[in-house]
Amino acid sequence: MFKWNTDDFSWVDFTIDVLRVIIVLGVVIGAWNTLSSGRISFAQWVNLFAAGLSQGSIYALIALGYTLVYGILLMINFAHGEVFMAGAFSTVFLAEALNRTGFLNAQPLLAILLMIAFAGLVSMSVAILLERIAYRPLRGSPRLVPLITAIGASFFLQYTFRGLYGSGFKAYPGVNALQGAIVIGGISIPVVQVFVFCAALVLMLCLYWLVERTRIGKAMRAVSENKEVARLMGIDIDWVIMFTFGVGGFLAGSAGVINGLFRPQGVNFYMGFIPGIKAFTAAVLGGIGNIPGAMLGGLFLGVIEAIGPNLVLAGLGIPGANQLKDVIAFTMLVLVLIFRPQGILGERLSETKA
Amino acid sequence: MLSKFLHVVTALSLFSLILPQAAAQSVCDDPLGCVEVGPDDPIVVGAMLVVSGAVSYLGEDSLGGVELAILDRDEEMLGRDLELVVEDSLCTAEGGQAAAQRLSADESIVGVIGTNCSSAAQGAIPIISAAGMVMIAPSNTSPSLTNDNIEAGGSHMPGYFRTSHNGLMEGMRNAEFAMNILDAAAIATVHDGDPYTEGLARVVADTFAELGGNVVFEGAVNKGDTDMASILTEIAVSQPDVIYLPLFEPEVNFFAAQMQHIAGLEAVDIIGGGAAFVAGFPENTGEAAIGVYVSGPKVSGAAYDALLAAWDDEIGGTPPSGYHAHAYDATNILLEAVAAAAVEADDGTLLIGRSAIRDALAATEDYPGLTGDLTCQDESPFAGDCATGTALAMFVITEAEVYDDNWPPPIAWNFAAESAP
Repeated sequence: MFKWNTDDFSWVDFTIDVLRVIIVLGVVIGAWNTLSSGRISFAQWVNLFAAGLSQGSIYALIALGYTLVYGILLMINFAHGEVFMAGAFSTVFLAEALNRTGFLNAQPLLAILLMIAFAGLVSMSVAILLERIAYRPLRGSPRLVPLITAIGASFFLQYTFRGLYGSGFKAYPGVNALQGAIVIGGISIPVVQVFVFCAALVLMLCLYWLVERTRIGKAMRAVSENKEVARLMGIDIDWVIMFTFGVGGFLAGSAGVINGLFRPQGVNFYMGFIPGIKAFTAAVLGGIGNIPGAMLGGLFLGVIEAIGPNLVLAGLGIPGANQLKDVIAFTMLVLVLIFRPQGILGERLSETKA
Repeated sequence: MLSKFLHVVTALSLFSLILPQAAAQSVCDDPLGCVEVGPDDPIVVGAMLVVSGAVSYLGEDSLGGVELAILDRDEEMLGRDLELVVEDSLCTAEGGQAAAQRLSADESIVGVIGTNCSSAAQGAIPIISAAGMVMIAPSNTSPSLTNDNIEAGGSHMPGYFRTSHNGLMEGMRNAEFAMNILDAAAIATVHDGDPYTEGLARVVADTFAELGGNVVFEGAVNKGDTDMASILTEIAVSQPDVIYLPLFEPEVNFFAAQMQHIAGLEAVDIIGGGAAFVAGFPENTGEAAIGVYVSGPKVSGAAYDALLAAWDDEIGGTPPSGYHAHAYDATNILLEAVAAAAVEADDGTLLIGRSAIRDALAATEDYPGLTGDLTCQDESPFAGDCATGTALAMFVITEAEVYDDNWPPPIAWNFAAESAP
C-alpha cells in the first residue's frame, strides 16, 4: 500500500499516501470522540443505520439504471434522475385516487404493486423514448455528444413534467399498514423502513436473475462485452439496448413509488435531480457497469450519509455537521477513487471502457 | 424704424415668456429622468421572479398576483394599456443581477415587481437603483435588504421596497411567541443556508437569548435534503422545548413528518416561518403538521376570497405558495405611485418621473392592502419596508387544514396586539 522504495519514489504517490493517512486519522479521531462522549445512544445509532439502509436501497435502485446503461453503451445517462421523477410524479395522482376510494388501505399490498407497475411503465416508456429519440441517432458519435444530450434531455423532461403537472409540491398518501414500528430489544424500527429495504431487495434480486439466468440477460451481457461480435452472433443489439433502457427505467419508476412510501413529501418536477446525482455517485462507488456494485454502492452511500455527520464531523467539532452530509457522500467517492479507482466491486477497465 | 424695432423686441420678449411655460408641459425635469409613454404606447410593468428551478412555484405564485392586479384594472391605466414583461431572476444573486440588467435596459418600464428570493435581490438592487428605477419585492424578508449600514451587512439602496414582512420584525415576534406564549426555555433553530432562512433563524436565536432563553442548537440542512434523521437525532440530544424552522417546502414537510419517528422529540413544538404559511404544508405533511405553529399575514376576508375566486377563473386552481397577495399589493402600490407621478404633456405623451415614482411610493401611508395596511418606511433598518406587521399573526395547523382543505388556519396569537417595532 505505502510506497517508500526510494527508487520508485514519486511526489504524487507520497501526497496520496499522506492524504490517506490524514483522512483515516480524521475518521478514527472523529468517531472515537463521538462514541466516547456517549452523546448518541445505541438505539439512536441503530435508527440512523436503518434509515440510511432504506435511503440507500432507493439510491441502489436508481443506480442500477446508470450502471446498466453504462455497462452496455459506455455512456452516462444524466437524464436518469428525471426518469425516476417521471414515474414518481405520475403515480402520485394514482396513489391519491386509490386513497380516495379506500383501496389503498383496504388492499395495501395490491395497491402498492399496482402503483409500482404503473410507475415502472411510465418510467420505462420515458427511458425507451429517450433512447430512441435522443441517444440512438447519436450512437457512434464522440462520447461527449450523448453526454451533453443527456443533460439537455434532463432539462427537457423536467420542464415537460412541470408543464403537465404544475410546479407545486405533491405528497404520497400514508399507508396505514406501513405505520408503526417493529420493536426488537427495546429498539424500534419503523415498519416503512423495513418494507422499503425488502421491496428494493426483491427488485434487485429479480434484476440479478434477469441478467444472469435468462436469454435476454445473456444477450445483454454479450452486447456489453462486444457489440460487433454480439451482432455477428445474431443478437439484435438495438433491441437489447432498448430493453436495457426499459429495465433501468422500470427500476427507477419502482424506486419512485418506494421513495414515495418512505419519504412521501416533496414530489415535484425537480425531485429527480439530487437522487440522480447521488445514485450516479453510488454507481461509481460500487464500480460503474457492475450490477452488484451499484447495489452495494447505493446501500453504502445511504448508510454513510446517515451516520457520517454525527459520527465523524460532530466528533471533530465541525459546526453545522448535518449541512455537510453531501460533503461526506462525495468525500467517500473521492476516497474510493483514490484507494480503488475501479470502485468497490469494479474491475480494472481497458482503455476503451474507462 | 424704431417702432418696428420695438415691435420685434416686444414680440420676442412675449415669446420668451410664453416658451418656458409651453416647454414645461413637454420636457422632463425629474432628476432621475422620465419614462415617456406616447398616446398609443402601453405602460410597461417589469417583473423579475423565479421562473425556473426548484422554487419556481414561488415565481408562479407571485406572477399570478401581479397579473390579477393588472386584470383588476381591465389591463388599462391612464388611458393606456398595461403590459407586463417578466424576466427569470432565479433564486441566486447572479440570476437577480442578470434579470435586473435586462429590465433596466428597457426604458419603457415604469417599475419592477420582484425578486422572490433575498439572494436574487442582493444581485438586483445595485442595478435597479443605479438605473433610477424602483423594485417592490413580494417575498424578500432578509433584514439586510432594508438596512443601509453596509458595515453591518446592509445592502439597501434607494428604489428598493417590499410588501413582505421584514425578517427582523417576524423573527422578533416569533421568538416572543416561543418565550411568552409557549413558555419555552430552550430553543433549537434550523435554516437551509438561504439568506432568508438564515436571517430569520439568527434573529430568533438572538431575540430568544436576549429574552433570557437558552439557544441549545443552531443547525442547518441543505436545500434538496429528504433525509432529516441525522439532524433530528442531534436536535433530540440537545433537548429543546421548541424548534424554530423557517424552511420552505419540501424540506419543512420532510422535517415535520420525520420528527415523529425520533425519540425525545414527541412533545417538542415547531414554529414555522412565513415560507411554511401555505396550504400545501399541512396537505403534504399530513398528520404530523397538526399542532405546528406558522407565522404569516392574515390574508382573509371578502377581498382575499375575491382574489382566490379570480385566481381560479383566470389561472385555474389555487395559488401554489403564500406570497401572491403580497405581489398583488406590490403591483397596486406601484401602479398608484405611477399614476401619482404621471404628467400629461401637450402632445398627449405621459411623462412619468422616476424620482417622482420613488417619492410617491415612499409616501405610501395606510394603503389598505390584502396583507394589511401598508406604510412605506424610509429609515434603516426598515428602509423600504411597506409591511407594518399589522396583519402578521401566528397560526396553528389543525385537522381541518390537513384533512378538509381549510385555509387559512386559526390564529394562535395576534402580533398586532403587541407593540410594533
